[in-house]
Amino acid sequence: MSEADGVFSTRLDNGLEVQLKEVHTAPVISSWVWYRVGSRNEIAGTTGISHWVEHMQFKGTDRFPAGVLDRAISRDGGYWNAYTWLDWTAYYETMPADRIQLALDLESDRMQNSRFDPDEVHSERTVIISERQGHENSPGFRLSEEVQAAAFRVHAYHHEVIGDMADLETMSRDDLYTHYRQNYLPSNAVLAMAGDFSTEEMLTRVQDAFGGIQDGDARIQRIRPEPPQHGERRVTVEGPEETEQLLVAYRAPAATHADFLPLAVLDSVLAGASSFNFFSSGISNKTSRLYKALIDGGQAASVSGNLVATIDPFLYQIHATVRPDRTSGDVLDALDVEIDRICTEPISADELARAIRQASALFAYSSETITNQAFWLGYTAMFAEYDWFETYLERLRAITAEDVLRVAQAYMRPSQRTVGMYSKSRGGRDD
Amino acid sequence: MTEPFTLPELDVRSLPGPDDIVRNQLPNDITLLVRENYSSPAVVISGSLATGALDDPAEKAGLSSFTALGLMRGTTTRSFESIFDSIESIGASLAVGSGMHTVQFHGKALADDLDLLIHLLADVLRNPVFPEPEMAILREQRRTALKRRDEDAGARAQMAFDELAYPGHPYQQPSDGSIETLDAISLADVRAHHQVHFAPAGMILTVAGAVRAQDVLSSMQDALGDWAAERKGPAVDTPDAEAPGEMLRKDVHLEGKSQSELVMGAPGPARRDPHFLPAVLGNSILGRFGLYGRIGSAVRSSAGLAYYAYSTVSGGYGPGPWQVIAGVNPHSVEQAVQLIQKEIEHFVTEPVTDEELLENKANFIGRMPLQFESNEGVAAALSHIERHQLGLDYYRTYPDRIKAISAEDIVAAARQFLDPDRLVIGIAGDTGESTA
Repeated sequence: MSEADGVFSTRLDNGLEVQLKEVHTAPVISSWVWYRVGSRNEIAGTTGISHWVEHMQFKGTDRFPAGVLDRAISRDGGYWNAYTWLDWTAYYETMPADRIQLALDLESDRMQNSRFDPDEVHSERTVIISERQGHENSPGFRLSEEVQAAAFRVHAYHHEVIGDMADLETMSRDDLYTHYRQNYLPSNAVLAMAGDFSTEEMLTRVQDAFGGIQDGDARIQRIRPEPPQHGERRVTVEGPEETEQLLVAYRAPAATHADFLPLAVLDSVLAGASSFNFFSSGISNKTSRLYKALIDGGQAASVSGNLVATIDPFLYQIHATVRPDRTSGDVLDALDVEIDRICTEPISADELARAIRQASALFAYSSETITNQAFWLGYTAMFAEYDWFETYLERLRAITAEDVLRVAQAYMRPSQRTVGMYSKSRGGRDD
Repeated sequence: MTEPFTLPELDVRSLPGPDDIVRNQLPNDITLLVRENYSSPAVVISGSLATGALDDPAEKAGLSSFTALGLMRGTTTRSFESIFDSIESIGASLAVGSGMHTVQFHGKALADDLDLLIHLLADVLRNPVFPEPEMAILREQRRTALKRRDEDAGARAQMAFDELAYPGHPYQQPSDGSIETLDAISLADVRAHHQVHFAPAGMILTVAGAVRAQDVLSSMQDALGDWAAERKGPAVDTPDAEAPGEMLRKDVHLEGKSQSELVMGAPGPARRDPHFLPAVLGNSILGRFGLYGRIGSAVRSSAGLAYYAYSTVSGGYGPGPWQVIAGVNPHSVEQAVQLIQKEIEHFVTEPVTDEELLENKANFIGRMPLQFESNEGVAAALSHIERHQLGLDYYRTYPDRIKAISAEDIVAAARQFLDPDRLVIGIAGDTGESTA
């Protein structure tokens, strides 16, 4: 049990990790349950199973049958949702403070008692296929899926969180239920709450709601590390849409690696500052190096960078939408000039100071609401400890231009990247 | 759960109201609303000018949008780079864009930087020069964005709907125009449009965050108090929209799309229409409450046809659409259309049940504290009450307004705008036509 910076942390006897943070700025409480399971834990044949299980968690228990939960939350003036990601699955409810008991009751209930009714599995199959088809409508998704698949030959980051269509069409109810039972265990979860409550009283309520849940057998982890990459990989994707797109994905370190934050500074200088909070937008990037080179340089209509905090090494991705009068190849050439530059010259003191100022501001924005504060509590626990969040700015301020140059030279090498290009089909219709 | 429940009792004093919203009006008719909030060191500004795409000539549709986006490309004293350097170097943001009725702006900064943000906003609104090189780049960005819009099934379904639902009405065309109209807009057009239409009268500026209202007022007076431009063009009124006289449908073929997008409905109530609040509450029952209300239940939960299927009431200054939106497999389009039509028929035929009414009222009232949790939420709310002249006590009286709505009010609003046999349907997806 520990208490630091207003966050109370403990672990129940069944292994459930609990993080509580009192915030009394509004009569609101946000409650999140995070499970350490995502597409990282999936194997061929059942890709997308974590996401599908997340859908099934909304399909009812004996106590809260399908449809009742939605109505109960809405009726109490709350909102809720869930997300499945590479490393985790998270469920949250943000409620008026006096209604939060419903969130505790339903989350403890569906940690163990979801029905997975065969009829519900059947109808949800078409819903999830429809979700995937919606993604497929976007050429950006089709490109990203191919780049990710080319970048990871062995590791389960190979496939998209939504899963492959072949698996969505064939996965069974028993597959889903087994995945649920093996992963939705107290010892595999974090309960994170922030808001207008007393820690002592809330801990009692949490103990009452979750303390009686039996922990199960730990699942067998079958994470297959990605072997080193020995050369640039290239993929092309064609489709009916005319606008060309370029996606360049460099192998990146895990969130807890010492190189991760220097790479975040590099991203800020190259492509503009962005937040690691999924619910917080970044700021414009018109003074970034790549905006100047690609947009002001007349090559692309937009450019962005994306570095994701993950358990295992993932990707640092640069995406550009190509102007109609240019090609992906033109944009790649212009991009490479900037990549060479950041790999050979230290960034300026001004650029470094700016990146840190931007990160500080984004950090403040991303902690503004109670929902966001609860998000950070659990999110960081998925790939690090909460002090990753608490010490984030301090560690960022310690980064030097030499650190950025070092990570640039280590990670931004052609041999460590996958280049994806989307263009219009050159003829004939693809099925 | 079916046990009886009652409507939540809010302490309405925690909601924005006359005693914590500071409202000021400058002599040049700019209105400022501020609500202080010290829960985080950040501040949000948002607001609007009284000009928008309604002022665009038809052959130059998108002029207001292009002009608004060009404001930040350079002023008489600041270059494009200097503008964004001053914002991005402090981690702030500021964006300006145009909708149908208004030019809107939104910004965010640490509280200490608000004065800088307000002065920058004033400069780009008052003194833009629309420099040729930067506008040429912006033009290419717009061209790419319009191309991508035209390749997007959701956007195309909405455009097909608008085309049929608003014949001869300004809402018939998208406010951002087309590639053809973009090509027809010259830099001289942009500069003239700014000269004629951008003026302080009717401007609204709202601020929420860790700042003293008096300090905001001082900044605003300094930055905008002497803006004396007068709007030279006549304000374009929003005409009413006719209800469709029959079922109208347009299918747009987009090759290779795995999913079809469906938009189905009719012109709806403007914000000022007495039917508006009953329509919004009723719409929650039709296509929002829980996971998408009755329509979500029929199309997503029971039939498993769609990942999303929900309905919206736009409100706003004019008769924006009351519509259902769904993304479905191309083979399921007809089934989805029938299910939605059936739900609309049920909705206009029978009053909603007492239980539906009660639980949706509970949702509308109970969620209010959550809506005002963020500075963005507060700033948007302040803009809303000023734009539509709802009064500073609007949110404190809102629970009572919601409580007063009856099932009969909802069915009357539904019948006023929705007829299951006279709907507009816009669909975009791969219809199987070959373009090869």
